[in-house]
Amino acid sequence: MTTTTVFSARKIITMNPSRPEATHVAVREGRVLGVGGLADLAGWGPHTLDERFAGQVLMPGLVEAHSHLMAGTLWRYVYCGYFDATDPNGKVWPGLKTLDAVVAALAAVAARDPLGTDPIVGWGFDPIYFGERRCNRADLDRVSDIRAVGVMHASGHILNANTLGLRKAGFLRSGIDHPGIPLGDDGLPTGELKGPEAMMPALGHVGLDRSFLSGDEVGIRDFAKLCVRAGVTTATDLAATLGDDELRTLIRVAGEDCYPVRIVPLLRMIGMKPSDAVERSVALMARSTERVRLGRIKVVADGSIQGFSARLRWPGYHNGAPNGLWYTAPEAMREVYTLALRAGVQVQTHTNGDEATEAALDCLEAALRVSPARDHRFVLQHCQLADAAQYRRMAALGLCVNLFANHHFYWGDQHYATTVGPDRAERMNACRTAMDSGVPFAIHSDAPITPIGPLFSAWCAVNRLTASGRVLGDHERIGVADALRAITLGAAITMKLDSEIGSIECGKRADFCVLEDDPTTAAPESLKDLRIWGTVQGGRAFAAG
Amino acid sequence: MSELTGAQVPADGLAPLPTVVIGGYLGAGKTTLVNHLLRHAGGRRIAVLVNDFGEVDIDADLIVGQDGEVLSLAGGCVCCSFGSDLVGTLMALPERSPTPEVVLIELSGVALPAAVVRSARLVPGIDVVGTLVVLDAADVARQAADRYVGDTVRQQLADADLLLLNKTDLVDAAALPALRHALQALAPRAAWLPGAVAELPVELVLGWRHDPASDATGHDGPGTAAASVAAFASRPIAPTAGPAATKRAEAVFATRHAPLPTGTDLAALGRALVQPGLGVLRAKALAVDAAGQGQLLQVVGARWRVTPSRVAGPGRLVVIGLRGTVDGPGFGVQGLQFGADPQG
Repeated sequence: MTTTTVFSARKIITMNPSRPEATHVAVREGRVLGVGGLADLAGWGPHTLDERFAGQVLMPGLVEAHSHLMAGTLWRYVYCGYFDATDPNGKVWPGLKTLDAVVAALAAVAARDPLGTDPIVGWGFDPIYFGERRCNRADLDRVSDIRAVGVMHASGHILNANTLGLRKAGFLRSGIDHPGIPLGDDGLPTGELKGPEAMMPALGHVGLDRSFLSGDEVGIRDFAKLCVRAGVTTATDLAATLGDDELRTLIRVAGEDCYPVRIVPLLRMIGMKPSDAVERSVALMARSTERVRLGRIKVVADGSIQGFSARLRWPGYHNGAPNGLWYTAPEAMREVYTLALRAGVQVQTHTNGDEATEAALDCLEAALRVSPARDHRFVLQHCQLADAAQYRRMAALGLCVNLFANHHFYWGDQHYATTVGPDRAERMNACRTAMDSGVPFAIHSDAPITPIGPLFSAWCAVNRLTASGRVLGDHERIGVADALRAITLGAAITMKLDSEIGSIECGKRADFCVLEDDPTTAAPESLKDLRIWGTVQGGRAFAAG
Repeated sequence: MSELTGAQVPADGLAPLPTVVIGGYLGAGKTTLVNHLLRHAGGRRIAVLVNDFGEVDIDADLIVGQDGEVLSLAGGCVCCSFGSDLVGTLMALPERSPTPEVVLIELSGVALPAAVVRSARLVPGIDVVGTLVVLDAADVARQAADRYVGDTVRQQLADADLLLLNKTDLVDAAALPALRHALQALAPRAAWLPGAVAELPVELVLGWRHDPASDATGHDGPGTAAASVAAFASRPIAPTAGPAATKRAEAVFATRHAPLPTGTDLAALGRALVQPGLGVLRAKALAVDAAGQGQLLQVVGARWRVTPSRVAGPGRLVVIGLRGTVDGPGFGVQGLQFGADPQG
């Protein structure tokens, strides 16, 4: 016999325009039966009234449309970031404001086990806030000179190692000539390893094994805890390799009764032919479960703006750096689009620079001529530098966009001063233009690059403040209601899951974000500080422990 | 023209592993070339490194097995996928058994060869001897002017030591000289490899086979004139090109040999061999220097380098170049007595 539970709440924000607010929601079989006042729901028959949220506000479960399971894996290492961050178990780790503080945090871990020989690993390190001084191997030798030490930067593109770590990686020698390995006055590497070519050979030696790149079982569970804490009920793993073992583990763990998140892994098209990627995605689609949704492809067109590896149109980088790199050839993009449109497979393309965006637009336009398709909802991910003309093309071609709102806060000042200059920094992550152009849009954290937290992303899109306090691009700000839609229904639309999630209405999954505070009445500048009780996912309540 | 530095002889005395980078835009024919080289390996154990197997179509009849990231190929060759860790994959190569004798790194279509060369040089014992860039004759002009990938393709050209213009049969022969001229301007350092992939003497890419068994007799390395001519027609594992292609190769390329006295300055010889107009595409010399140390000179296109090496037998030089230049009366290097090319 099916049971019906009616949750009462101080307020229910539904994202359904025909009934934007309510006080009760009836749930049966993990789905929403009805929304309204208690009397409106009486016709569904006997129910259990659950009043645990009577003092709270419910809104649709938040949707993080650009994150990585790796966000859960990294917390087993020492957090070295500049800003306070909360681990999966709710412990707040204070931001480390000086290099000495970073060294001290790592040294404290080393001291816990004086006889230990394991490497000491840190992550989230962001020395741009420490001025000109670069971290070198002598700094990390202070952590330990008998254990390898490796510290991953927040960007994920630079690794610092101590002397032993460099030696184990085979890099402690003279005569090295590589742009990613700066040398000190002694002719030996300083300890910074920049870019994958320099970093990858050292990762294993400083204790970062392969599991940190994709989610292992512990990482999958820890990722879910981070989601609950952020009010998230559906999240992507945006660049998965989806090997058989990895996928079996994910499906098993996410299938457990207590697993609180719907994971949407995208197959990263790297080192495979477009036809293979599409074929594999079609096969993966059939393996989808309620909480693991498969069958989408991620393509990476270019690199990153702060790494000067994004492809920019004229006039290029503000500081004169040469243009960035193509990670996927436009021909391959056009081919995968053409085949995927034909097969009904969604493709999401990472385009950071506006030239990469332009190439993606050209490729999709060409692909649509060959494989006409309605409602493909291909997505441009990050798409940070797109201008208004490009948004008009996105609308015409049926594209969605997922903008990196958080980036604005963390690196907006660097974009303004160095990478792209004021004009283009102000138009970055143009939520207002996306809305005005009619392009369905979401906003994201790219966790673990920035912490998962859609309400923080909403705060970024609403206020567009940088870390130094500059309002960067006032015109591109959006209202609170628009931002709340972007982190629920907007994100669901870009994932083609809007028939199931994104709003609280009859027939959809009973996925709620449970808040102590009401975002619709809160001051816009306080959005990021709203208190989150936890989530309801598929009708199951999960308190942020 | 430049002297390459950074080659290292590992402390354990193992010879450096010669490595050739093969670049070029999508569809140029890189994999066709790799298959040709594997098929005509002539007993060399080649390790082919690719981004991922999925991007590369190694001919199915050459594949004998797969173990994770490594395909076992006929004749003791292997194909390793390096994904995002080229350096780590290169570091692991010397531990393979049997040890590869030559490494080919096949790049993805948008990779920049010079960046890969820098990364490969991070690995002790890896000796990057040069970069070969394959071009699609029918499309390269458009690619080099493309609004998106033009700068990538032009950089690939600029990084090349050797250029191979493939698919020339798709182009009006009368248009080829102008195309070559335009491309040469973008690749000032590079030497052209004429002819089609199927006609390419593998020594131009793989170098001359080192035969340890011949050390005792003093005939290793460049070997005798007869042996290196035989190498032009090295027995394919499974012929695809046939004797006609070998014949055409002999009409296009010629080899020359010269003995080298003890005390020969191989660096000076390297500088002499890369002089434009001399027509040398690839050369190798072994000689004992004035200090009594054996040295190896390798020339690829306009690049040359000298590394310490074991030298058995008398010093010697072998050269491959274009027929009509290196076998002509005008060819010579001061102080050297070149023997006749028996095919000449």
